[in-house]
Amino acid sequence: MQQLVNGLALGSIYALIALGYTMVYGVLRFINFAHADLLMLGAYAGYFVAPALAPVFGEASYGLLAATVFLAAVACAGVGAGIEYLAYRPLRNRPKLTVLITAIGVSLLMEFGCQHPAVFGAKTRPFPQLLPAEQIHFLGATVSRVDMVIPLVTCGLLMGLWWLVQRTRMGMAMRAVSFNQQAAALMGVNNNRVISFTFALGSALAAVAGVLYSVRASGIDPLMGIRPGLIAFSAAVVGGIGDLAGAVLGGLLLGMLETYVGGLPGVSNYRDAISFGMLVVILLVRPSGLLGRAQVEKV
Amino acid sequence: MLEVRDLEVGYGAITALHGISLKVETGRIVTLIGANGAGKTTTLRAISGLLRARRGQVLLEGLDVTRCAAHELVARGLAHSPEGRMVFANLSVIENLRMGAYLRRDAEGVKRDLEFVYGVFPRLQERLWQQAGTLSGGEQQMLAIGRALMSRPKCLLLDEPSLGIAPKLVQTIFQKIVEINRQLGLTILLVEQSAHMALEISHYGYVLETGRILLEDRAEVLRTNARVREAYLGGG
Repeated sequence: MQQLVNGLALGSIYALIALGYTMVYGVLRFINFAHADLLMLGAYAGYFVAPALAPVFGEASYGLLAATVFLAAVACAGVGAGIEYLAYRPLRNRPKLTVLITAIGVSLLMEFGCQHPAVFGAKTRPFPQLLPAEQIHFLGATVSRVDMVIPLVTCGLLMGLWWLVQRTRMGMAMRAVSFNQQAAALMGVNNNRVISFTFALGSALAAVAGVLYSVRASGIDPLMGIRPGLIAFSAAVVGGIGDLAGAVLGGLLLGMLETYVGGLPGVSNYRDAISFGMLVVILLVRPSGLLGRAQVEKV
Repeated sequence: MLEVRDLEVGYGAITALHGISLKVETGRIVTLIGANGAGKTTTLRAISGLLRARRGQVLLEGLDVTRCAAHELVARGLAHSPEGRMVFANLSVIENLRMGAYLRRDAEGVKRDLEFVYGVFPRLQERLWQQAGTLSGGEQQMLAIGRALMSRPKCLLLDEPSLGIAPKLVQTIFQKIVEINRQLGLTILLVEQSAHMALEISHYGYVLETGRILLEDRAEVLRTNARVREAYLGGG
């Protein structure tokens, strides 16, 4: 039971990050490698705004967590849309590989730029206490409050995103842009606006994950996004990239694997090797991911 | 309604259109015929803002729209049903039609226009919730035209509506184009390789050859022109 709860919480974090990757990929067929670093920025945004919000919402309270997450998401949405405008938009009609390499460049710039003493500095900082420290006893398991909150947030955001994509005018435009940008333009869709919105949304998701991840972790540093980013990216691929439910499924799967394998005596040091080994197996059997539909690449 | 003046368009070092001019009067069907690679699709793409002109002007209702982006031209009343149909295969038929009305805020008017499209193409109404990618070629063409009508355009550009669909359906599609033109008084610029049928339903025609306008005249005159007959109407 304890393992299940831990795995669920960790998996939900990965799912949340994977949702951001898959949103952007779904519209643009492009992996935003800087997504992991937006998670880091979200964590720092939380680090800086939480102390200012604490007097309003009370130390270590759900209100404080919600307000911190909200402000971090807004800040990261702006940064994400800004990155798209400055770095990716000028390359809109260039080969995909050019944009991909640019994304890696943006990612490295953020990771190492933020280590400069004038920015965040390289040392690990303790993340502020956003929720009451005492744990909850639940069906024989001991659960921290944040571990209860995370799966609910992920579940709520999954439903919200599904509604957005399937039921709103913006969502329909996103699907149209995803299929064919020229055809969307001929319907009167301003592609740039839809793409900015998608990046802002994806980055806001990264920020939500960043704050929640940091509440669980012991501290934050400019390289903190790399490992969860990589795992969540794999989760999105395993689930079937571009598919929202697939991202969540993949995230949960990887979180569970990591928790269970990490708890086995003798092999716990090999948890990543075992998790990723299983991914290889899954992709061999289902190359387009668990929920992904096989599709022919457009030429 | 629509006027093109001395339009030059190129791709890199290649010039596809060497300064063409044409005019489409309000309420008319005008056709642009020519062989493969003559520049017909390029002309439509330059008009609707998908391609940038190197020189020349596009005028819509007398206003210079040469520099307008494709999505801005939709707001000004231009609809373009592109080559290869480009229906959103991942969206349902009804969503495709709603995408056509993307910029419209008048729910009542959209509803009326949906009814009009269903009236013209009853097949679409039977398949509203089907993914557009699963439709036959002919049905996708109907959807592409219906979708273009949903923006309630003043001027419609139609690129090769007969391409890749069953011969039996081609006749139907052409009849529908006439029906739309008559009922809505809609101005249509039609691009076709099936010159014979296109000239039959058009008021006026232009013959395009390697990026230049070779001939222009009333459609019935072009139909009897010896050169046109030889080159595009299959001899006899």
